[in-house]
Amino acid sequence: MGTAAFDEIMGASDADGARPELRELCRWLADTPDGELRRRQQSAETTFRQLGITFAVYGESEAGERIIPFDIVPRVFLADEWARLSEGLVQRVEAINAFLVDIYGDQKILHDGVLPADLILGNAQFRPEIAGIRPPHDVWAHICGIDLVRTGPDDFFVLEDNARTPSGVSYMLENREAMVRLCPELFSKFRVAAVDSYPDRLLETMRSVAPRGCGGKPTCVVLTPGHYNSAYYEHSFLADSMGIELVEAADLVVDDDIVYMRTIEGRVRVDVIYRRVDDDYLDPLVFRPDSMLGVPGLIAAYAAGNVAIINAPGNGIADDKAIYSYMPEIVKYYSGGAARLPNVETYRCREPQALKYVLDHLDELVVKLVDGSGGYGMLVGPTASSAEIERFRAALVAEPERYIAQPTLALSTVPTLVEQGVAPRHVDFRPFVLTGAKGVQVVPGGLTRVALREGSLVVNSSQGGGTKDSFVLMDEPRGMTQTMSGAGGTMTQTLGGGQR
Amino acid sequence: MLSRTAASLYWLGRYVERADFVARLIEATLRLDVLSPRSAGEDAWRTALAVSETADAFAAGGHMLSREEVAQFLLADSSHPGSILRCLAMARDNARAVRTALSREAWQAINGAWLIFDQRIGRLDPTAVLGVVDAVKAETRGFEGAVHRMLRNQTTSFIRLGQAVERTDNTARLLDVKYHILLPEGERVGGTVDRDQWTTILQTVSAVTAFRWLYNDGLNPTNVIDLLLSRGELPRSLAASIEETVAALTALARASGTQGEADRMARTRQARVARTRTGDVIAAGLHQHLQALIVENAQLHDAIGRQFKFH
Repeated sequence: MGTAAFDEIMGASDADGARPELRELCRWLADTPDGELRRRQQSAETTFRQLGITFAVYGESEAGERIIPFDIVPRVFLADEWARLSEGLVQRVEAINAFLVDIYGDQKILHDGVLPADLILGNAQFRPEIAGIRPPHDVWAHICGIDLVRTGPDDFFVLEDNARTPSGVSYMLENREAMVRLCPELFSKFRVAAVDSYPDRLLETMRSVAPRGCGGKPTCVVLTPGHYNSAYYEHSFLADSMGIELVEAADLVVDDDIVYMRTIEGRVRVDVIYRRVDDDYLDPLVFRPDSMLGVPGLIAAYAAGNVAIINAPGNGIADDKAIYSYMPEIVKYYSGGAARLPNVETYRCREPQALKYVLDHLDELVVKLVDGSGGYGMLVGPTASSAEIERFRAALVAEPERYIAQPTLALSTVPTLVEQGVAPRHVDFRPFVLTGAKGVQVVPGGLTRVALREGSLVVNSSQGGGTKDSFVLMDEPRGMTQTMSGAGGTMTQTLGGGQR
Repeated sequence: MLSRTAASLYWLGRYVERADFVARLIEATLRLDVLSPRSAGEDAWRTALAVSETADAFAAGGHMLSREEVAQFLLADSSHPGSILRCLAMARDNARAVRTALSREAWQAINGAWLIFDQRIGRLDPTAVLGVVDAVKAETRGFEGAVHRMLRNQTTSFIRLGQAVERTDNTARLLDVKYHILLPEGERVGGTVDRDQWTTILQTVSAVTAFRWLYNDGLNPTNVIDLLLSRGELPRSLAASIEETVAALTALARASGTQGEADRMARTRQARVARTRTGDVIAAGLHQHLQALIVENAQLHDAIGRQFKFH
């Protein structure tokens, strides 16, 4: 497997040499000795450990705090590739938001018969508790992490829509920091779009969706489950870089439908909460009563329009794997046009015909639990043992509605520094899309995850995958460019550089 | 500032200070044991346990009173809450909880101090112990330096407050140790072992040279007590620690407008310490004086918790 994979740097495997735009990157890779690359990579990982950029692995003891392996060879998007991707992402996220507005409101899409009603109404991710609540400015999916894979020069597919609490943005930023420090020569060779404005854009997004009644500058906070959470580093990093408080549920109190945080000077009103906790643990009065976590009364305050919650509670219905297969229809229904970013072909095992096909082709398919994540509860047919395949066969027959299946794609590769030297490894990509009161924006960059084992398609960090920096190249000539438009036409001035 | 954040910062300050103190204590004890012309042996290690008030816990663990076991106990015993390992783990835990409030340098120092124990603890021969102790001291110094370079806001004030309260307690205990240890049979007051013990105390607070600068006199107990009790020039003296407590509370009152019981208690104590004459203290009983101070310090700690709504 993987022999025919498209390589992001080298191009199609039968072509000789790099993609023309990336020849310089190739030369850099060839001219820098492996030992030097390895030294820089280790230096980055040492820094990550010192900074505590770690994640906890569930099921391991406290000591199971790991860093995610960092790879020094960047993945690159050409400017026009990125422009096309961005259009598709904006369309998709706008549709996700329209879908959430509708499904928790009039449910027109169900009345029009586009989706089977039981798929929504019987779904554990659909939260009848919050139906009828309208979040400030009708924004639901403020931060989306859309997982993409690529199989050829023009073939991008959406693998998963993360519309609840997508993580990884701190790696996008820290990986860039490491690259700038360790491989500055690359940034003089290529004009790479900056990602470091992300925290500012996120804060701007948060402020834009503050409740209408909020007077003055809204007080924004990040809500974390606490420092034992696997993504705690990211939570603290985001609060830190936005200059806002990182709170735990116990720091918040609701009084008369208004949310406050407890401070040494008494209570301070909170307007916007970027929560990184699941719906289940948000408010014990509404969701799980057995949980001591959560803020009693939070949903009532939200319903009263006194606080914005980012992402909105109930979003899980939009990124549910059972809904995913209908995304092309959903995008078409709300945007009026065909989806610019296609799905990976998906078999819904709840449908008898699909189930039959899946059972007949288990050794070729990837089978996933609709409510699984992080690479758990998943069968990768081509590399699975026959015992594993039989186990999944039994599970599928018993509860077909819990599974979907997809063909194993020839995921694109990127040269990666592994033990034997630089070799192609499969990657996926998670860009981050922000939606505020004023519209949708895509941050030019994202998180590239790489499967470090040869031939492996599993990129999840909890399964040993690593990450890479993702360069989005800009079209303009290198150097500082200033464009002025006026009555006399357009004048362009370039300072420094300019050869390209 | 969130009350939880304030509490974590305060505890962070306390635990870092405690780790540093125990490191110094081990170092001084080791020197006393190894370097003095006549080895003070077991007594030195008994002293170390007495100072940290852990003799009972040590005995309960079934340990033998030996250099190796006491050093291991104070340095890296994961079941002993006062070990450096545990102090640093608690400090790091608190630092992680308030990661956003700290500068990168401060966080790196505390994380670095904690990481020392990930790799360095193996067999503890004296040189290895000294190596670890030195590393711990360097990291906590690095932390203090980093805190000093942070914004002088409520964040640093709470850390300083925790450090000052902890330091008051530590110095009082250290000074009280002479009450706990008896001279071995046949040794006289003012003899070699007695002098070694007083020197150890000075070494623990890095004040041997300071002592010579301040007192143009040989080493005598009255002057050592005077130095640690009332000389504000010595950062670890009780007078200086108490002054620092008041300063941190005052800075917090200015920044947050929160002033109360803790401020009043700290100022009252400061005024009393300023009036205290060392000779009178010795005459009336040093041990009683120090015990009262330790109790009062614990009350101040509680008042701080109430005033800033830590719970």
